[in-house]
Amino acid sequence: MAGARKPAEPAGRVSTAKPSRVEAAAWLMFSAGGMVTALLVPVLMLLFGVLFPLGVLTPPDHAGFAALLSHQLVRILLLGLCVLALLHWAHRFRYTLFDGLQLDRTRTAINVLCYAAVLAGSVWAAVVLFA
Amino acid sequence: MPDTITLQVARYRPESESAPTLQEYEVPLREEWAVLDGLNYVKDHLDGTLSFRWSCRMGICGSCGMTVNGDPALTCGTFLTDYAPGPVRVEPLANFPVIRDLVVEIDDFLHKLPEVKPWLVRDDDGGVDDVEFLQTPEQLDAYKQYSMCINCMLCYSACPVYGIEPDFLGPAAIALAQRYNLAPATSAHQRLDVLATDAGVWACTYVGECTRACPKGVDPAGAIQRYKLTAAARTLLPWGKR
Amino acid sequence: MTYHQPVPLLWWTRRRSYVVFVLRELSSVAVAWFVVHFLLLVTAVHRGPGAYQEFLDWSARPLILVVNLVALAFVVLHAVTWFNLAPKALVVRVQGQQVPPRMIAAGHFGAWFVVSAIVAWVLVVML
Ligand code: SF4
Ligand code: FES
Repeated sequence: MAGARKPAEPAGRVSTAKPSRVEAAAWLMFSAGGMVTALLVPVLMLLFGVLFPLGVLTPPDHAGFAALLSHQLVRILLLGLCVLALLHWAHRFRYTLFDGLQLDRTRTAINVLCYAAVLAGSVWAAVVLFA
Repeated sequence: MPDTITLQVARYRPESESAPTLQEYEVPLREEWAVLDGLNYVKDHLDGTLSFRWSCRMGICGSCGMTVNGDPALTCGTFLTDYAPGPVRVEPLANFPVIRDLVVEIDDFLHKLPEVKPWLVRDDDGGVDDVEFLQTPEQLDAYKQYSMCINCMLCYSACPVYGIEPDFLGPAAIALAQRYNLAPATSAHQRLDVLATDAGVWACTYVGECTRACPKGVDPAGAIQRYKLTAAARTLLPWGKR
Repeated sequence: MTYHQPVPLLWWTRRRSYVVFVLRELSSVAVAWFVVHFLLLVTAVHRGPGAYQEFLDWSARPLILVVNLVALAFVVLHAVTWFNLAPKALVVRVQGQQVPPRMIAAGHFGAWFVVSAIVAWVLVVML
């Protein structure tokens, strides 16, 4: 990477840049997703990923759970949780690739792939939740 | 306490070598000696060809920043005894091109600083001469911490994002922008074009290392994080515009 | 000629705080895995009681259980680091006085506890 580094550019370069509304939106969604997932995901992961499967706590019985999941408001809230969680993932993950693996040159491709995955996941979530 | 300590100093002599090498010097270990005193001892008594920058010797000029045992530090405020029995590795600040030995090229940083307009910018063109800008102690507190920066560039050296993306405006420049954004007499949106960009706050992933490295308690990471919220509101909300 | 100091490809293995940073960023993968696991659960519930039980049994298999335990550790890391950083972006003033950052973080942790308790109560007690 030594030689790849650009020399300092003369003053005036930065001020020709434009505020990025796309990055602003991506960050805002990342933050919203970070907040709702931090509040909700640990307890859901603990219950459905560990305690219910192991039988430490009795899982909700099917009838009641299915009824809860068919409630319109619950569906909308869960869809919101899934979409925001995916948007949170996409933003963090692409920057981890840019910086952590120094994949700066494939920025556009990584962006497209990550947000395409968000779109696919969101459609899947909508189909599953509103089935 | 032993009475000497070994300094392993990075040497780079561009006229004769293509990459830096480490050279060892034995210097007196004294209670009150900082790493900088050790380097000055080398320069005065052992090897006059060693190059490094320093000036104030009291943590205020910001010119003596180097990498000491892997950490960015002001060498005038870092004591040899803390590293006893040694050895102490002294290298130039990471992420900057090395000119010679411990001297790095700071042009990039010097170009970035004025980009953020580090002065009071007002919407009305009211002359500064005929108005008084009053501020309350609370208003001063809101930005005072950011005004403590001494431009030592330790934060740039600690920031992996700056190392990977040299275009990144960087911690100190953004903290300095916030110092003027938060001053009551100024209008903050003037710096939006520089700060709310891919190479501005959006490049930052909050590693937080700049704040840990800062010898002056400036908290650049906090400044950047806070401006992200401002930038998002101003670029996305229709009423946030100006 | 100036010498350009190279950044090693895996620079973040060089320092503890960098490792913690990368782990924090990788917690997003656990968040994505949660969405996948959760949607599979909802699919199973919609298919009927048999499929629901099957899904719970599948989740109890050692491999899936380990994945979920690791994911749990990561989402807890995400939550803790997230709430600790919240006061950095959020500066709240009440009657001209800045609310201390510790209070803001504490508020977030409190909200986390309340939300978790409500969710657990609904799923364990009510259903
Ligand atoms: S913010 Fe701190 S570390 Fe960065 S240049 Fe200023 S004083 Fe140095
Ligand atoms: S010599 Fe001035 S800050 Fe160290």
